[in-house]
Amino acid sequence: MITNKKPRSSDTDSNYMRDDRTEMSEDDDRSPPSDSITNDSCPTRNCTPGSGSGSSSIPEYLAPYPDQVLENVLENVLWFLTSRKDRNAASLVCRSWYRVEALTRSDLFIGNCYAVSPKRATSRFSRIRSVTLKGKPRFADFNLMPPNWGAHFAPWVSAMAKAYPWLEKVHLKRMSVTDDDLALLAESFSGFKELVLVCCDGFGTSGLAVVASRCRQLKVLDLIESEVSDDEVDWISFFPDTETCLESLIFDCVDCPIDFDALERLVARSPSLKKLRLNRSISIGQLYHLMVRAPQLTHLGTGSFSPSEDVAHVEQEPDYVSAFAACKSLVCLSGFREIIPDYLPAIYPICSNLTSLNFSYANISAEQVKPIISNCHKLQIFWVLDSICDEGLQAVAATCKELRELRVFPIEAREDIEGPVSEVGLQAISEGCRKLQSILYFCQRMTNAAVIAMSKNCPDLVVFRLCIMGRHRPDDVTGEPMDEGFGAIVMNCKKLTRLAVSGLLTDRAFAYIGKYGKIVRTLSVAFAGDSDMGLKYVLEGCPRLQKLEIRDSPFGDAALLSGLHHYYNMRFLWMSTCKLSRQGCQQIAQALPRLVVEVIKHEDNVDMEEVVDTLYMYRSLEGPREDVPQFVSILEDRHMKEGALMWKTDISARCWTTIRSVCIVNVRWVINAKYAQHMHGPYTFSGNVVVQVHVGDPLAHRVGFHWMRIPILKDMYGSDHISILVLLELISLMVKAKLIVKVGSDCAFE
Amino acid sequence: MSPENGSNLLESDAANVSFKETELTLGMPGESRGLTLVEKASGKRGFLETVDLNLGRSSNVDYDRNKDSGESETDVSSVAKPPAAKSQVVGWPPVRAYRKNAMKSCKYVKVAVDGAPYLRKVDLEMYNSYQQLLNALEDLFSCFSFTIRNYLTERKITDQEVNNSGVEYVPTYEDRDGDWMMLGDVPWKMFVESCKRLRLMKSSEATGLAPRTASKCSSSS
Repeated sequence: MITNKKPRSSDTDSNYMRDDRTEMSEDDDRSPPSDSITNDSCPTRNCTPGSGSGSSSIPEYLAPYPDQVLENVLENVLWFLTSRKDRNAASLVCRSWYRVEALTRSDLFIGNCYAVSPKRATSRFSRIRSVTLKGKPRFADFNLMPPNWGAHFAPWVSAMAKAYPWLEKVHLKRMSVTDDDLALLAESFSGFKELVLVCCDGFGTSGLAVVASRCRQLKVLDLIESEVSDDEVDWISFFPDTETCLESLIFDCVDCPIDFDALERLVARSPSLKKLRLNRSISIGQLYHLMVRAPQLTHLGTGSFSPSEDVAHVEQEPDYVSAFAACKSLVCLSGFREIIPDYLPAIYPICSNLTSLNFSYANISAEQVKPIISNCHKLQIFWVLDSICDEGLQAVAATCKELRELRVFPIEAREDIEGPVSEVGLQAISEGCRKLQSILYFCQRMTNAAVIAMSKNCPDLVVFRLCIMGRHRPDDVTGEPMDEGFGAIVMNCKKLTRLAVSGLLTDRAFAYIGKYGKIVRTLSVAFAGDSDMGLKYVLEGCPRLQKLEIRDSPFGDAALLSGLHHYYNMRFLWMSTCKLSRQGCQQIAQALPRLVVEVIKHEDNVDMEEVVDTLYMYRSLEGPREDVPQFVSILEDRHMKEGALMWKTDISARCWTTIRSVCIVNVRWVINAKYAQHMHGPYTFSGNVVVQVHVGDPLAHRVGFHWMRIPILKDMYGSDHISILVLLELISLMVKAKLIVKVGSDCAFE
Repeated sequence: MSPENGSNLLESDAANVSFKETELTLGMPGESRGLTLVEKASGKRGFLETVDLNLGRSSNVDYDRNKDSGESETDVSSVAKPPAAKSQVVGWPPVRAYRKNAMKSCKYVKVAVDGAPYLRKVDLEMYNSYQQLLNALEDLFSCFSFTIRNYLTERKITDQEVNNSGVEYVPTYEDRDGDWMMLGDVPWKMFVESCKRLRLMKSSEATGLAPRTASKCSSSS
């Protein structure tokens, strides 16, 4: 493994990660490479504090191959490592571990399909059996992103077809998948077992037919909230006639009618089938026949749960109750897509076994839900419509003491109506369901008191998503903003990692989030905040923030710039209809070359070039993607290419493996933060800080540079974080020592 | 927020260095060092200044948190109940299109007709009035020649129906409490919410039903 000596500019490609990792490894005492033209005049060598012998002009040579036995042992041990965080950490120990980890990783998770290319991923990992890919950002679900933005599965499936012929599992979320992609998948992976498509689109029943017919080992075919076009192909009939390995068949989102007889025969020849979620074309009579054939089911989606059009009169209807009673293993129930509530009593026999119940497509009243829910003592997950009203929620609170997750969806997703659920329901839930971990609650009105109560009663909350549908709506009783309620949530719920806010919120709410939300990873903001300070509080206060999605809030360029220290640690930032300008976004692109900064234009915005409709930015090893549609422009650091750069920046690839052992700073923007810190505290970084300073005449065509490694310093409080103040102090020391003569946009160093 | 106030640290060093000259600023290469960014970085933007988002939010600009006497009350109420003319915003509330579409039809009830061997189901959400519902029912069961007594208008729907072989039916429904009622008594919305199933009863059997308040109701044919 020869270390690449080239400078770490954005056009170096292969082995990028390896090089960086070699340099930055804490165990690695070797000096970083140098590309300085005149090595003898590098005064930095003597002045580098701490470890490292300074730059060296001796080229890197191939180290002797490490002990083979040790590596074999390592390989055997690393097989057992399943957590990807652990694996990422292990891969950073040294080259040998990096290599072995790459060989032993079997599950590849890519949270943003544009963060890394298929080529890079398949080069590094050679023995992958399962791939998870996520594409579009979540706000795309709400029509905030024009269609055909990207996230195509095609390049991935082509690369994997060659690299991983033994691939077994593909799990996609918010990706565009075509029928051709599915065909290629079906042809390329003979042992393919699991296909899970969540919120995907671009394919139809013909693609499903190919998968059904060619993937003979298929165990799982799960289509969840995906858009499937009706190609008038009855894909169910394409499963082979022999016994199948099917364990899970979920197609409740597929709106096309299917041939019921084919389905019934399929179920009959799938003895391992445990999970079956039917679409709305299946009537309750048909459901009966299927249940009778598959009493071993653990997860059932009931389809329409109403009779088809021409059903016989009541006397002749089958005994639904006994069909349900026969399913002794049923723990998860959903469906009810066109429910006629008369049939609800059929499920009484299994209520007491249920751990998960999804009524979120069933327009049922409090009266109708009570007899059901009062038997669901073991219920842990409950999704429901607000048609059950506060009264229904009170019934849930009275019985479901084991409840972990509650989602209350609106029947009418509008703003200006009286809602059936309110703070009363939330309060009741908080009092009754003390083990609650995750809540999504749509309502028209809410009070701080109820939210505060939940923060105190439900200390295990990990996910708190409250959607007060009226924009800027304050506390319904006091008229106050909802700041205190959300503040209490972040303050009292120590395990909170996901938060969605709504209602009338001032900057104060964000101050709370910044102050207390130390482990928050995902934050959703809409129509909230007063000024840039709101966003600044969050960007500066939440070190674990990975996903930030904001819409229609008054945050501008200054706020955006205050997050420069953190963006490489994030998966993405989304800001739509805020107060960003193109110039502000350009500055980000300038400062952080490993960030892809996409400016997405809204359809109706023809003229205004300066105003940014939507900013979507994410870290990436690949630079601007090639499949950019015309309504997206990617802002780039122009000057990197021109070579007129004075201060160059670079990042360790480690930044996005959440190892905080290295962090590289762009000194240029740090300076701006110096002003910002007057307002609200210093930035901190941990680990080694590496600053790349130019040497030589910057106006010359080629610019050489050196590395300066500043090891961890203790700040005045004794913590091993380097505060920006210390960093600035160092720079001023460098100035004093005439290492830097003049600093700024046109400078020369010695 | 850390109490650290480091501004002094740096400023004190300035004495030894021509700090102004080496003062670090942020700017694009080649750009003059006009402190555009600094100005932006300092000073909060007040709430009022930031409101130009064109969201119909201007009604909220005067939200006054000082809560002095009645004025704040009206502000609160104006904020709490946005004007009806407020335009619909894309993607708000954040319910997936998939779910919104699935919720479009969701109030199904069985319709039984006395003497018919089969049931139908209708989605009450599809209609806005009793008239529409009754028209739809007549279409659904058009193979029967019958008329539905429409108490709303005090006359039969099909005036021109003189076919005496047609039997007159009375539309009834079972409400939440299990009572059988005649259509038309309650406002439409309330009916939709409380109706559990529909039954077209032969007029001859429509006795003992909860009578309509109007005295003209005749339950016997």
